[in-house]
Amino acid sequence: MNENFDALWRALPQLVDGVIITLQLTAGGALLAIVVAITFGLLARFENIILRGFARIVIELFRGTSLLVQLFFFFFVLPLPPFNLELPAVFTGILALGLNYGAYGAEVVRGSIGAVPAGQWEATTALSMSRTQRMWRVIFPQAWALMLPSLNNLLIQLLKGTAVVYLITIVDLTAELNRLRVQTDVYFAYGLGLLIYFAIAYLLTLGMNALETRAKHRLGQGGKWRDTITTAPIPDAKGAGQFG
Amino acid sequence: MNDDNSFWSWEHAAAAFPEILEKFLTVTLVVTIIGSIIAAVLGLAIALGRRTAPRPVSALITLVMNFIRMTPLVVQLLFAYYVFTTVPPIVLGTIIIGIHYATYMAEVYRAGIDAVPPGQWEATTALSMSPGRTWTAVIIPQALRSTLPALANYVISMFKDTPFLMVITVVEMVRQAQLYGSKNFRFVEAVIIAGLIYLVASYLSSLLARRLEKRLEYTTA
Repeated sequence: MNENFDALWRALPQLVDGVIITLQLTAGGALLAIVVAITFGLLARFENIILRGFARIVIELFRGTSLLVQLFFFFFVLPLPPFNLELPAVFTGILALGLNYGAYGAEVVRGSIGAVPAGQWEATTALSMSRTQRMWRVIFPQAWALMLPSLNNLLIQLLKGTAVVYLITIVDLTAELNRLRVQTDVYFAYGLGLLIYFAIAYLLTLGMNALETRAKHRLGQGGKWRDTITTAPIPDAKGAGQFG
Repeated sequence: MNDDNSFWSWEHAAAAFPEILEKFLTVTLVVTIIGSIIAAVLGLAIALGRRTAPRPVSALITLVMNFIRMTPLVVQLLFAYYVFTTVPPIVLGTIIIGIHYATYMAEVYRAGIDAVPPGQWEATTALSMSPGRTWTAVIIPQALRSTLPALANYVISMFKDTPFLMVITVVEMVRQAQLYGSKNFRFVEAVIIAGLIYLVASYLSSLLARRLEKRLEYTTA
């Protein structure tokens, strides 16, 4: 056991670097994903068939193929002639993660906006609000509170998804664990790794719970701050109950 | 081949397609089906265990379940691969992906069980049914029906996660595409074919899931 801790002590700087890369991928992927989710979630609600069709094609393309297919596509195909895009591997990872989980998020955004009660939409018409006013001042804040639990689940999925990026040469936490395994025993290296991932996932969940409580407070709805700490992560599928 | 500089080569596409389709049929589909069966059965066991076991046991089940759900499948696969070195990777991978998704399906079952109206429980008490019969004859049949669409969704998710098995040397469809690419220095066709097969398969399965959902709506109404 002591040799394990000695090896861990020696490998600690690299392990910290790995955690930082994993966090960068998670943060970058989540940022891109939320932009993609809101953009395409809103586009998919347009009446214009071209805008809506475009949104649907993009969403289905990224939801319908596996994350790894997208990762390999961006990694192997983008540097080739018609594109000639030599992205750093970390950007490639962020691109694939953000687009993949963003597409799932777009369905969540679309569904949540549709779930805002009809009376709210009618009220904005009665107040003769413009389309943008209606969306940003009335509908979206309410939809935001509805979508946060699902977005929380997607964020955890995204974090878990970052563990495959070592296949495209990125040295993330999982890659460092594979190195640590050689110096320690298997149980120690991967057990520690799972604990680190769990800790990150749990912290993200706490943050998202706090965001949800804040969003509800701004709508004048209940929810104690204390509950955000004690609440266990709310489990759900990425887009459970939504098909397509 | 003289068109090596063009973006898309039909010759490479034709050469890669049979290999990729074969792995899709013999590995990806098989892992998804067996993994789903493991997940569906184990998930139900977890959900029942959490409901019926004494407090400390059910708290422990919940903790382990959350831990498995919140940690990456890839690390779990690697962990198991280096611990159970004698088990063939494909068998191990199928079991691990089944366990991973069982933790998701357990929550679906839980919601389904919670959705059974209290009157049904009261009726079984009134008829003095044993706990065993209450579950098997009254609660589970009703709970299962409302859970099927969500379970189908997780099967589709699992199907898209099967390429993760390549980290423990399993050659499934996407890995086969990558192998073709690195053997011939032609990634475009192989990766796009793998993507297209995924697209077609998940489109068909989501149609199937939607039909299932519609049918259940009629029978439960």
